[in-house]
Amino acid sequence: MYAVRNWLIGGFVMLALITAPTASRAGNVPDSINLDSLEQLYEKVTFNHAAHIRLVLDCAECHHHTTGTLVEDANCVRCHKNSGATTVVSCKGCHSDQTFSAAALREKDKNTYHMDKLGLKGAYHQNCMGCHSKSGGPTGCQDCHALKKAGQAFYNTGAYAPPQAKGNKKHSGH
Amino acid sequence: MKRRDFLKACMLCGAATTLGVPRKGWGAGSFEGYPEGMGVLVDLTRCVGCRSCEAACNKEQQLPAPDMPFDDQSVFEEKRRPTEKAYTVVNRYETKQEGGPVYRKIQCNHCNEPACLTSCFVNAYTKTKEGAVIYNPKICVGCRNCMIACPFNVPGYSYSSAFNPVVKKCIFCYDTRLKNGRPPACVEICPQEVLTFGHRQDLLKIGHERIRETPDKYVDHIYGEKEVGGTGWLYLSGVPFDQVGFDTTLGNEPIISNVKEFLGTVPMVLAIWPALFTGFHLLASRKDHGEQGHDHEKKEEGKQ
Repeated sequence: MYAVRNWLIGGFVMLALITAPTASRAGNVPDSINLDSLEQLYEKVTFNHAAHIRLVLDCAECHHHTTGTLVEDANCVRCHKNSGATTVVSCKGCHSDQTFSAAALREKDKNTYHMDKLGLKGAYHQNCMGCHSKSGGPTGCQDCHALKKAGQAFYNTGAYAPPQAKGNKKHSGH
Repeated sequence: MKRRDFLKACMLCGAATTLGVPRKGWGAGSFEGYPEGMGVLVDLTRCVGCRSCEAACNKEQQLPAPDMPFDDQSVFEEKRRPTEKAYTVVNRYETKQEGGPVYRKIQCNHCNEPACLTSCFVNAYTKTKEGAVIYNPKICVGCRNCMIACPFNVPGYSYSSAFNPVVKKCIFCYDTRLKNGRPPACVEICPQEVLTFGHRQDLLKIGHERIRETPDKYVDHIYGEKEVGGTGWLYLSGVPFDQVGFDTTLGNEPIISNVKEFLGTVPMVLAIWPALFTGFHLLASRKDHGEQGHDHEKKEEGKQ
């Protein structure tokens, strides 16, 4: 009997070790992350993850309850009171970059809270901008996103600015 | 025409108009949009005024180059409305609310029962099953009735065209995207996900859920859920809607309801009045005929 119990305990410990959140294993936390999904128009943004960890300290500030911290958000508690850490912690693990494609709309679970889950771009921007506007971080578009040539053409700015606007700028420079 | 025939014709016309045509008129006004109709939920609390939607619209619809760059914030100094060169514009509103100004994107709201469509006498407008209100510029005669009819002042007009001016407005990117199941260009570019694309019915659910979840953040109302019979584009706001340029006096009746009863009388007028007045004329002229005959004879006598 004892042998069986020991095996069981051993098994549970092993299981706990295997399913332990990746974020809690120090080696797997990336120091910087390249955000390049808008690369057509913008230079990629190198997100300094390490600096933000030092600044914020609490992982759940950005990663919800997925990192193994207690669930505090009243809306999450409704279902996730007993949910532990998940194996997926990266933003793109849950927030898709195909938010509104026909397939995504078809697969959407219309009966759960997550029906209103943000897409990847929306999640990044709302998370970053929300915190930056409170804490005095950069909030201008081009503070993070340097425009490429294609981006300048898209926004009719820089080298592609309308001649009238260029003229205005020169005029105001006098 | 005999008096009996005239009365008979009147009866028939009257019966036809009261039984036939107005029934179709009563049907209008209760249409709540196609069940599979798409829409966009615009959450004003998320917008940061980057104007990316304006740039995306410009490129997608191949509109002429703008007067100002799309990253120029000075355009916010005045309140703009959609034009032939810009199917969507963002305006800035300074409100008493803390947390900075509120930005509001304007474009066609794609009504369930579009007033523009109702007012168009050449039938240039179509409400598609996907929920878009589109128009055929080849049919448009440029009368601008729709510009007067639209409760949101949306349709622009190609005043720049001397020979073939037509109406120009947002078409929900129907030709290039919506009919293929893709979201419009403005939705796709929006960095803050101010714009949520989906089935209108689901968007209403999502909107109400956001209000329920954070009641302090929102005004408890979805603009467009009921206004003028419901619109495909819906708005959530953190400040009262009338403070950010919305007309809150429109009521929930579709615009067509205002003219439905009047329009219902048109076929009746067209059918009965000609018969009625022809009858009067014939009755009157029969009397006249006798008198005229006498006059004629008298004149003839005088001449002789």
